[in-house]
Amino acid sequence: MSEIVKITRVTGTAVPIRGNDIDTDRIIPARYLKEVTFARMGQYPFFDERFDAAGKPKAHPLNDPKYLGASVLLVNRNFGCGSSREHAPQALYRFGIQAIVGESFAAIFAGNCVMMGLPTATASASDIEMLMNTVEQNPQTRFIVDIDKKIASFGEQQISIDLPETYRSALTSGSWDSTTMLRARLDQVKKTASKLPYMTGFAG
Amino acid sequence: MAERTLYDKIWKSHTVGILPTGQTQLFVGLHLIHEITTAPAFDMLREQGMDVAFPERTFATVDHIVPTDLRTRPFLDAEAEELTKALEKNVKEFGIEFFGLDSPNQGIVHVIGPQLGLTQPGMTLACGDSHTSTHGAFGTLAFGIGTSQVRDVLATQTLAMDKLQVRKINVNGALRTGVYAKDVILNIIRRLGVAGGKGFAYEYGGPVVENMNMEERMTMCNMSIEGGALAGYVNPDATTFAFLRGRPYVPSGEAFERAVAYWKSVASDPDARYDDVVELEGKDIEPTVTWGVNPGQAVGISEKLPRPEEYSDPDGARKAYEHMGWQPGGPILGTPIDVAFIGSCTNSRLTDLRAAAKIARGRKVKAGIRALVVPGSAEVKKLAEQEGLHDIFREAGFEWRDAGCSMCLAMNPDKLVGREICASSSNRNFIGRQGSPRGRTLLMSPAMVAAAALNGQVVDVREYP
Repeated sequence: MSEIVKITRVTGTAVPIRGNDIDTDRIIPARYLKEVTFARMGQYPFFDERFDAAGKPKAHPLNDPKYLGASVLLVNRNFGCGSSREHAPQALYRFGIQAIVGESFAAIFAGNCVMMGLPTATASASDIEMLMNTVEQNPQTRFIVDIDKKIASFGEQQISIDLPETYRSALTSGSWDSTTMLRARLDQVKKTASKLPYMTGFAG
Repeated sequence: MAERTLYDKIWKSHTVGILPTGQTQLFVGLHLIHEITTAPAFDMLREQGMDVAFPERTFATVDHIVPTDLRTRPFLDAEAEELTKALEKNVKEFGIEFFGLDSPNQGIVHVIGPQLGLTQPGMTLACGDSHTSTHGAFGTLAFGIGTSQVRDVLATQTLAMDKLQVRKINVNGALRTGVYAKDVILNIIRRLGVAGGKGFAYEYGGPVVENMNMEERMTMCNMSIEGGALAGYVNPDATTFAFLRGRPYVPSGEAFERAVAYWKSVASDPDARYDDVVELEGKDIEPTVTWGVNPGQAVGISEKLPRPEEYSDPDGARKAYEHMGWQPGGPILGTPIDVAFIGSCTNSRLTDLRAAAKIARGRKVKAGIRALVVPGSAEVKKLAEQEGLHDIFREAGFEWRDAGCSMCLAMNPDKLVGREICASSSNRNFIGRQGSPRGRTLLMSPAMVAAAALNGQVVDVREYP
């Protein structure tokens, strides 16, 4: 990428989606993976939980007008487990989510998020509960998710959030879109490859 | 941190350098791709004017969306056709070897890699699919990646990665009759939790694992990700080398001997240090069935369904009961089924089909049950037919299909309808996974699926000698 985008903080209102172990099949049903681009993914997050078979909306935070325009998603434990489909974070991002704060995230999901410039930050279970309650009672609450300082705040309140140092560094330095960084070292890559015996078919 | 494990050794030999972010730039020895998670990655390459850095290290197939009955082109599903065409165009444009629909090597990506001998010990392997952990059975450091990472591998043959910890899981003693690798891994996930492996690679060992054949080891490693572990592996040994000898992409003659010497050298040292060690007793494991909506929600066939309070997340367990429509305290034994599915990257290999056929031989699928056998690859299908397994299945009333992912994730026409309950040899019982938002999945071994199909309900396979 030619353009470097540093992601240090995300501000805006939040939407809570409660529950542990929310898998990526729930975040985006597999049938939408048949599309050849991510362009329309923003229409599909949690589709089968938001709409019934006839397409009629069901009660779901992402359908609730009070959370309209939220940019921070609040979740519980092991969010994004299961399938590696990047369509899941793409769907959330294209729906308008710019940061996810939760108790914990599944490994591949968190990795996919950072590569899209979508921060996933963790906080204690009690802080997540407090944030969710705050938002449910007062959905207009504006949050600042500060990736650099590892603090989430609203009004006078502050909680500490965490994310792997490598993710924080990638996001805040603008090197989350890693291709350029990796490609700059192709000579070293070739050197490493040349030392691996299978690369030459174990030739003597 | 772990030391002198297979994981540490492969990590070290594949490290290109430390990136400014602190991540490790890791060389990817083998990259497998399929139709679902790659199209945007190729688009990104084109947009940025990049080529594929090591096109000879990427291999492609079609598995996720292919119909398993009527495979004539164009597919009836226009989206599936478009996605397949996109892959066909991309592999041609970027010079990648492709095992397409007409290739004898077509099949589920995690079945064909080992089958062709592409997957080898001491290698790093990445694929845009979470069940890439399967290849760890060979002592390969294999993990699933997302589409942006697929782009990185195509463009650089490397990934920006953080190192994992290593947890050794020893399965001691021996398994009882009727207990399979699937039951072992379901019990590991049940015990350690669906998020218990977060931040870990799992090293499976102990007598039970050492005595497993390669296909059983693949079943174990396949579901590592269902326990939250990005990767799982078994140290390569004589069983591994015997499996690999003579396969198309494995070197032969003296080169094979050199390969074996390298493969031996990557195994964890006897004095390797682990971040955590877990012990299980093989004799404690029963045929196991999931009752809920994640693979950790499982019980032994003779157990009663657990109370929600027995779980660390009682609310989650209550919601699972709500979706499944049954009550704590009842038996899993006797649960009625509508559909039986034998297939998926977890359990669609020859030994899986043999185990199921042994149960099905000379018996009949219960009237009203839809039963499918979907071999993992065109080659598995061919070998199974040479043994007459297709006849056994057909005579029993199973449909015998072409290779693909099929009803594991229902991206092709094989789907559950409405509230149907499926006894399935696949890997995920997530809500909606098998194609119906209201559908229900019971994960179990292929032999247990076959027995359930015959009875129209969950039974104990040990009663079918």
